[in-house]
Amino acid sequence: MTQANPTVVAKRRLTGLDIQEILLRGRAFIALIVLIVVFSLLNSTFLTPANIVIMAKHVAINAILGIGMTFVILTGGIDLSVGSLVGLAAMIAGGLINEGLVLPMFGVIVYFHVWAIILISLLVGALLGAINGLIITRFNVAPFIATLGMLYAARGLALLRSNGNTFPNLVGRPELGNTGFPILGSGEFLSVNYSIWLMIIFAAVAAFVAAKTPFGRQVYAIGGNERAAELSGVRVKRVKTIVYMISGFCAAMVGLIIASQLVAAHPATGTFFELNAIAAVVLGGTSLSGGRGSIGGTIIGAFVIGVLGDGLIGLGVSSFWQQVIKGAVIVLAVIIDQVQVRMQERAALQRQQQAV
Amino acid sequence: MTVATTNSPAEAETVTALPPDEIIMRAVGMTKLFPGTVALDHVDFNVYRGKVNVLVGENGAGKSTLMKILAGVYQPTEGQLLLEGQPVTIKNPLDAARQGIGIIYQEMNLFPNLNVMENIFMAREMTNGRLVIDKKAQIAQTEALLQRLRQSIKPDDLVADLRIGQQQIVEIAKALAQDARILIMDEPTSALSTAEVEVLFEVINDLKANGVSVIYISHKLDELLQIGDYVTVLRDGRLVDEKPAGQIDVSWIIEQMVGRNPASLFQGRDHEVGDALLRVEDLTLPRVGGGYTVDHVSFTLRQGEILGIYGLMGAGRSELFECLAGVRQGATGRVWLDGEEVTAGTVDGRIKLGMYLVPEDRQRDGLVQTMSVADNMLLPSLRQYLNRFVLSRKKEKEAVTKSIKNLSVKVANPNQLITSLSGGNQQKVVVAKSLLTSPKVLLLDEPSRGIDVAAKSEIFEIMSRLAGEGYGILFISSELKEILAMSDRILVMSKGQITGEFAKATATEEDLVAASAVGHGLANYKNGNGGNSHDPS
Ligand SMILES: Nc1ncnc2c1ncn2[C@@H]1O[C@H](COP(=O)(O)OP(=O)(O)OP(=O)(O)O)[C@@H](O)[C@H]1O
Ligand SMILES: [Mg+2]
Repeated sequence: MTQANPTVVAKRRLTGLDIQEILLRGRAFIALIVLIVVFSLLNSTFLTPANIVIMAKHVAINAILGIGMTFVILTGGIDLSVGSLVGLAAMIAGGLINEGLVLPMFGVIVYFHVWAIILISLLVGALLGAINGLIITRFNVAPFIATLGMLYAARGLALLRSNGNTFPNLVGRPELGNTGFPILGSGEFLSVNYSIWLMIIFAAVAAFVAAKTPFGRQVYAIGGNERAAELSGVRVKRVKTIVYMISGFCAAMVGLIIASQLVAAHPATGTFFELNAIAAVVLGGTSLSGGRGSIGGTIIGAFVIGVLGDGLIGLGVSSFWQQVIKGAVIVLAVIIDQVQVRMQERAALQRQQQAV
Repeated sequence: MTVATTNSPAEAETVTALPPDEIIMRAVGMTKLFPGTVALDHVDFNVYRGKVNVLVGENGAGKSTLMKILAGVYQPTEGQLLLEGQPVTIKNPLDAARQGIGIIYQEMNLFPNLNVMENIFMAREMTNGRLVIDKKAQIAQTEALLQRLRQSIKPDDLVADLRIGQQQIVEIAKALAQDARILIMDEPTSALSTAEVEVLFEVINDLKANGVSVIYISHKLDELLQIGDYVTVLRDGRLVDEKPAGQIDVSWIIEQMVGRNPASLFQGRDHEVGDALLRVEDLTLPRVGGGYTVDHVSFTLRQGEILGIYGLMGAGRSELFECLAGVRQGATGRVWLDGEEVTAGTVDGRIKLGMYLVPEDRQRDGLVQTMSVADNMLLPSLRQYLNRFVLSRKKEKEAVTKSIKNLSVKVANPNQLITSLSGGNQQKVVVAKSLLTSPKVLLLDEPSRGIDVAAKSEIFEIMSRLAGEGYGILFISSELKEILAMSDRILVMSKGQITGEFAKATATEEDLVAASAVGHGLANYKNGNGGNSHDPS
């Protein structure tokens, strides 16, 4: 498919086998293209610039969560707490903007600059991720259980922060020097929304880390065979903890983006987002048992989920049916993936046999 | 050796009066392609009835692939199987079992979370009525099987807790429980020591007497001639020759499988031994439930020394290595490296100091099955290939190419999955990993397990070279010949203690065997039987 020499391509007739293989190689992409074609045929407004921008924003949220989740799943773990961490991060940022940090013993209220607020929220996300990681690695708790606990606890903390209420109107006050938060959600660079740039940056950095650094290699190794990784000198506990920190960090980023887009922080923000993130990762071909997968796949998976969701809304499909269809597509996509892996192997062998 | 000549076709006819054909199963024109590899190329293979049919060949010659076709794991790309003269297709392993074909796979195939008995009866449970497992009967039969193999493993031992040699015994017991008429053994003894191999041979002779046809694969060539009746040699996926065992010797086998004169193989070399490099004092690993797995062990390894450690299964050799490598957290005792006390307690810390363990169980401890050959090789030494924080593809590639060449790993492309390599080639990758960390002290736990003669000699040559450069090498082997040839000094362990120390010049096989049996009551058995078992050539 990547034939460099054009004369060779010209001489070799494109056999059925070749086409089969082209289709198989880019399988996740193909699901995405099929969805786009179908929706644009059924709905003339589907591919309008306005709609594309909306979709891309939704995709960015799933993609950023999915990036953190990919690292976790590559080690053979799972992080169920990301949805709650999204909510908690939003509430922390919202609270700091509207109410500041109350220090009763000094009788003062500290208002931070927006940059500091963003940083604090991100750090809290990473810190709670670290707690996940420590519980998993030091106390030998299964990731499913540890992060399930965090799912409840973090959501509870988000609700506690405001007694269940929303922090509205997060514009800050000029006299306190904390204005500017909404820019994160609405600002643009080269007429592309910041959240989309953030997705691109996160994806690029993550893909680089996964493929090009010892840390990335060690993540894959732990997911493939933890014992062998440890005997090869991989500091398994440390790497695993970092992975949950990355996931928490990504979740906090998403919380900030959403709060900024809405100019409000609601404690239920992000409910069930963990499921979208996991779906994006799995659709992207990452194995839930760890050791196999890629960031690029997750991004495509996030696009599939985003396009599917918005496409169905655009068609006016009832929200009940949307759920049914979404569920079916996710499972179907993974089934096709499995079948395709097998077909790909067979195609390669047939080709080899023809060559012999 | 004399066994083979008495079993001429004349006797075979008396054993198998009914079908006149003395070949029970035959593979004709077997061809198997894998992506990038022709694993088998029109191979013919005969299984003689009631005989031990030996299959030899270099790593990656296609032995396991052929066996997996016979056992229904793979379908041949081309070729026909004949069973009792009739063409058959064996669709899957269950189908094979129904036709009476049993197999012991080269790579262990046990459920670590289940106990020995449950593994042996997996999917063939004995039941009361139809639903309930008859545990009593299963336990009784498991005990009988283990007794037959003279092992002290208990039916309710968890497989995860067994060392690889013991797992191999369980695999053998599992195969025996099937009552197969054709039993394939793909390197059943790679993790067994001489005494256990003797027991297995008795069992195989029993099986033969009962008319079972055995297919036997091993890289321990003396073994092959001792037990085999017919020898078939494969090279690069092609059939080289098939001969009755009585007509051939070890050097013939080597010549056929390697394609060159065995005299060119490495025989060991003298090197200077210097000052103390590693000093171990009172190293102790308590055993759960009392006693010690490693019992107050003290010794010194000197620069440029290859120190062999011999012992029977369960002697605590591997555990000793694991303590030294920082794997075992409960270990006590003191270790000095280069005159400085070692305080780092983690594997990573010890690797940084220059102590690297090559584990005996490559599937469980040595390899990441989801990764490529190259990624596996580089995993412990990633730091070396950094340009600042980024892995340099060029440096990685250089290291991989060099290692593959040094150990002649047979691989179509270093980016293919490690699991697509033949067993012996996977083992070479495990060894290559360790060498890339440039360790000061190399802990080699059965490094030659499943490796062919030529590659063994390459590994020994590398060990010798490293020793010559002043590294220290600790080396566990269950093969007497190997340990005597390679070591400058030999320690023998039994029941967690060091029970003997021998200099290379004075050590004999009998000494080692006697020391390894201290505290076992096994000595009598060995003396009655073992004396003539390692004498060929
Ligand atoms: N699943 C697979 N995918 C690709 N190649 C494979 C696969 N299995 C085996 N091969 C290749 O087929 C060849 C024969 O392998 P096989 O396992 O039969 O060797 P072997 O004779 O058993 O060697 P060893 O003595 O090392 O066990 C090797 O080159 C191996 O790399
Ligand atoms: Mg093999």
